[in-house]
Amino acid sequence: MSEQKRDILLDVRHLQVYFPIKSGLFKKVVGHVHAVEDVSFTVARREVFALVGESGCGKSTTGSAILRLIEPTGGEVYFDGENLSALNEEQLRLKRRDMQFIFQNPYASLNPRMNVWQLLSEPLKVHFTLSPEELKNRVEEMLARIGMTPDQLWRYPHQFSGGQKQRISIARALITHPSFVVADEPVSALDVSIQAQILNLMMELQQEMELSLVFISHDLNVVRHISNRVGVMYLGSLMETGNTEEVYRHPAHPYTQALLSAVPSHDPANKSKHIVLEGDVPNPASPPTGCPFHTRCAYCTEECRQAKPQLREIAPDHYAACHHMIKGD
Amino acid sequence: MNNLLEIRNLRITTLRGKSKVLLLDKVDLDIPHKCSFGIVGESGCGKSITANAIMNMLPYPLSISDGDIRYDSRNGEVELLKLDKKAIRAIRGQEISMIFQEPMTSLDPIFTVEMQMYEALAFHHPAMTRQEMRDRALEMLHRVNIPRPEQTLASYPHQLSGGQLQRIMIAIALINDPRLLLADEPTTALDVTIQAQILRLMNDLKEQNDTSIVMITHDLGVIAETCEEVAVFYAGQIVEQANVMELFHHTAHPYTLGLLQAVTSLGGESRMLYTIPGIVPPGGQWSQGCRFADRCARCTERCREAMPALTEISPGHKCRCFLNSEEVEA
Repeated sequence: MSEQKRDILLDVRHLQVYFPIKSGLFKKVVGHVHAVEDVSFTVARREVFALVGESGCGKSTTGSAILRLIEPTGGEVYFDGENLSALNEEQLRLKRRDMQFIFQNPYASLNPRMNVWQLLSEPLKVHFTLSPEELKNRVEEMLARIGMTPDQLWRYPHQFSGGQKQRISIARALITHPSFVVADEPVSALDVSIQAQILNLMMELQQEMELSLVFISHDLNVVRHISNRVGVMYLGSLMETGNTEEVYRHPAHPYTQALLSAVPSHDPANKSKHIVLEGDVPNPASPPTGCPFHTRCAYCTEECRQAKPQLREIAPDHYAACHHMIKGD
Repeated sequence: MNNLLEIRNLRITTLRGKSKVLLLDKVDLDIPHKCSFGIVGESGCGKSITANAIMNMLPYPLSISDGDIRYDSRNGEVELLKLDKKAIRAIRGQEISMIFQEPMTSLDPIFTVEMQMYEALAFHHPAMTRQEMRDRALEMLHRVNIPRPEQTLASYPHQLSGGQLQRIMIAIALINDPRLLLADEPTTALDVTIQAQILRLMNDLKEQNDTSIVMITHDLGVIAETCEEVAVFYAGQIVEQANVMELFHHTAHPYTLGLLQAVTSLGGESRMLYTIPGIVPPGGQWSQGCRFADRCARCTERCREAMPALTEISPGHKCRCFLNSEEVEA
């Protein structure tokens, strides 16, 4: 798909999030953690865009900053042509009907003192004025959609398994019929056999409700399966982005190549050939100059230490930020 | 003894109110010398408590109600469960070591790495001088590829990254040259690129030291990469056990097959993923028949009535399913 044909719903431009580091008696700001550094991408209608990367790379912060759960330090987010960064609190609250968030850990994100009815009717009461009848219908309809029965309405979160709790979180996010959802590691707290159930449910609902989804995950297999487009993040910056299959088949950035090769193969006869990266991710409070990846990159040159590479198109709908594009399969 | 460790008929129970609930049911395991042995299963299936039972450190209210664990130590064969406190402490950290899941929380935050490494040494070698301990600690840090070992020795855990902490955990576990290393989800809390580093390191160390490794994980990919022999746990039992090639290529048990399909269908042709319906039954809610029956697509009347036995279906390949063998659990 070319840029012109895509029906853009979300446009993130130069998003930047810095967290102040405070120290001393008067909590003087002594530095900043560069959590998200100049990240730009677009998400089309009915598209699943995945943000993938290792812990601490800023993918969750990006997700929260899009919905202004964390206030961005800089940059703009356009949702359906409207600049979210310019909205005041009340305007933003109204907008939230249309954009929702699914959290990572269903054990922590559901209020233990609310039963399923309260959990599911709360978003409707906040965003709509419905008669008791309509309210009941909407909740029961959603409940059936996630594969649960009306007799479970009066139960509390502790009475459900992890997979069921995540179903409830998904229902809670989708009950207002949003057009855009950010899902932050929705399956990583679940067991393998339950993960597949939840992923199937999310894919079905995404199709049915014509959702645009930003799917944040560190699991590269899950991302390949669920997303149409992908963005690979490292140390707050977007290193590579594009069509998911294209990026997985022909990773151009040395970091993407190492990341993909590190995934264990599921065939003992065909062990994957790892590109093992040496060392650790640098401290985001004092990021390296130039390319953020140069401290661990095998192809690093003087140019990489000096100048930060920008994303550029290397194939149709495939962008990478590297001075030396390495062709790989 | 032919094997390094032999577990027979191990049963572990917990207390729920005043009643006892079975968590691990008649598990038999043989860990050979110089072997990397994988234990795979979902949460709550009994894999971690098996490792804790080997070390004889089950937390209250869990207790071992039956079974024995024999271990071929340097000083001859011992029954681990019959040892008194003093004797088991001589085994822990010296003969058998353990690496825990979360490196961030398993080191003590108020002591330097140096103190925690010396503790393991001083306990088993009281005569060692400080200089000898320092030399040994530096040697171990060097072997687990820690950059700047001198500086790391003087650091506190919060000053180090997750990957570095897990290397230090491995260094401490291996500092007394144990013959058996129990690794309980050693890479689950780590990122894939760091996981690749740690798995490679563990493989190298196994080759150099003739140590047997028991790798406990829920990740079949980690098993495929590192293990020779694999046991699949489900609801407190072993449901299938085989050589890694055999297990992945001639899978016999429907649960193992389901687990494999759930992960390999990712990135496959079909958009919908293969799923195993339902959830793992928790301890105390096990039926008298096959415990996987409710989730199994090929379940018959017989599966609900009788428990299949773990029988050998081909040399070295054991499976607990009526599809492969008619034998009923005694």
